[in-house]
Amino acid sequence: MSLLATLPVVIPMVAGILALLAVSRPRLQQAIGIAGAAALLAVSLVLMVAVSDGSVLVAAMGDWIPPIGIALVVDPLSAAMIAIAAATGLAAAVYALADPRAARTRAWPGLPPLLMFLLCGVCGAFVTGDLFNLYVWFEVMLISSFALLAQGGGKERLAGALRYVGLNLVSTVMMLASVGMLYGLTGTLNLADLHNAAIAADRPGALAAVAMLLLIAFGIKAAVFPLFFWLPAAYPTLPIPVAAVFAGLLTKVGVYAMLRVFPLVLGPEALGDTHILLQESLIWIAALTMLTGVLGAAAQSDMRRILSWHIISQIGYMIMGLALWTTLGVVGAVFYLLHHIIVKANLFLVAGVAERMTGSGELAKTGGLYKQAPWLGVLFLIPALSLAGVPPLSGFWAKYLLVRAGLEIGEYVLVAVALVVGLLTLYSMTKIWLEAFWKPAPETVSVRPLSRRESLAMLGPITVFALMTVVIGLAAEPVFIYAERAGLLLVEPAPYVETVLGAPR
Amino acid sequence: MEAWLALAAGGLTAGAVYLLLARSLVHFVFGIVLLSNAANLVLFAAGRTTWGLPALIPDGMSEPDGPIANALPQALILTAIVIGFGLLCFVLVLVDRVRRRWETADIDQIHEKALSGKDLEP
Repeated sequence: MSLLATLPVVIPMVAGILALLAVSRPRLQQAIGIAGAAALLAVSLVLMVAVSDGSVLVAAMGDWIPPIGIALVVDPLSAAMIAIAAATGLAAAVYALADPRAARTRAWPGLPPLLMFLLCGVCGAFVTGDLFNLYVWFEVMLISSFALLAQGGGKERLAGALRYVGLNLVSTVMMLASVGMLYGLTGTLNLADLHNAAIAADRPGALAAVAMLLLIAFGIKAAVFPLFFWLPAAYPTLPIPVAAVFAGLLTKVGVYAMLRVFPLVLGPEALGDTHILLQESLIWIAALTMLTGVLGAAAQSDMRRILSWHIISQIGYMIMGLALWTTLGVVGAVFYLLHHIIVKANLFLVAGVAERMTGSGELAKTGGLYKQAPWLGVLFLIPALSLAGVPPLSGFWAKYLLVRAGLEIGEYVLVAVALVVGLLTLYSMTKIWLEAFWKPAPETVSVRPLSRRESLAMLGPITVFALMTVVIGLAAEPVFIYAERAGLLLVEPAPYVETVLGAPR
Repeated sequence: MEAWLALAAGGLTAGAVYLLLARSLVHFVFGIVLLSNAANLVLFAAGRTTWGLPALIPDGMSEPDGPIANALPQALILTAIVIGFGLLCFVLVLVDRVRRRWETADIDQIHEKALSGKDLEP
């Protein structure tokens, strides 16, 4: 059983190395990329089935029994996150086939190896059960994303990369310092063991300081208010398949780390009275992140920029679920996380198609897409309306859960903010719809149809993601039950802790 | 000893913040260096520091004789130094590329150039 838990890290790593070796043959490289992502997806589905009853898989590395060695732990949340990461990676790898230049230019080392190493880092962060190991996986993820960001090296992209690199380096250093302080206080790094040790340490004040450091470290990664400035500077400059992966996955790894570490290690039992400080900060961060993100988006006139700002506002919703600190709230956050990655990646992919057809992402220079390609309009509307939370799409259920969780404990202001932001999201999506799809094309712009190759490679992933959005919306119950099990394990981690510490020896 | 380490970490962090907020990209790189070393010192202090006592268990005993430094944080620091070094190399190359493409290493001037070009920045 334990071998299965290592595969989410091993598969992308091996695929990445193979793709590096095939660097002189771009087509083979692309095939390896697609095969690697598909294999990862298959493994993650097996993992999801294995843990869907709320059980936990543990793999002790090198047979060092936890809490001594590093344990890889797969619970429902991490299994689902791996599945969605793999799906996003697969979509990006297929989508990249549409760019004939990618196969010809010799940009070293090409997209597939970096994509695989990025997935390796992301999946490693999802499966690790050790705080220092989490830091290491963050670094693997970061260095791959740095390389993806700087590749090609246009002027604007370099300036964006500088901001991204700078803030993310500060974030990892802060995480490292907080790991050191936590080790000094508790004498362990295993997350399950930390749960007990943090309570036993009985140092709420010192732990609160660690919690705040971690909040800033993860907050920079998740791009929450006021630490989000690197995101709108960097993301819009990326090539579309990379932008989709970044938009869907990277900030969500920060949210995942918060969901994993805060309830498990720095919960009310460990922090005592100071816990209210952490919770209050999270509530303010959630509200302000939602608002600034959506207002920033309203001021933009470029598709990529609008979508980038919306990433920020959507992060606010997930933080809101954690900030409520109730079971329903965390379940809502998990549901939101799962639905959001699909929707956001898909919106970037659709924006890429729109750009390809009209030659620009600037809304004023686009138009007439609905006349030329009505199906693309439908494929845009599904994720766009889901993002805004229109029933019966997936986003509606995610928002419904969070709003209900907020009302249950009387956080009316936060709920009101969430609802207003949903409305403003609809405004931004309507703006894209009216400008790019509905209005006639400007005279200077000629809308060109997609070639056969482009249609297959670009519209395939978009259609699958759109279908997933509809299916999650119409059959929300199984997804909710799964999210409930995942969320329960986060809020009441006793089974998680017991399984990890009692791993077979 | 811990007090000196705390002071050193604090001093390094203060210097790092000053350098990170400077306009020059070269200062920024040095800021990153100082900051990561401050974090390493924090890790180092977390494992207790003792003078001249190896982290070994004497013959015939099952635990160390008296307090000795924990070796694990020191191993963590080694890992962090290696990772930090790799990232630093990347940052140096990135800063060099930015300087060449924008023909300046001043972050404000890059911002101004970006604004005066086309509408690059929100």
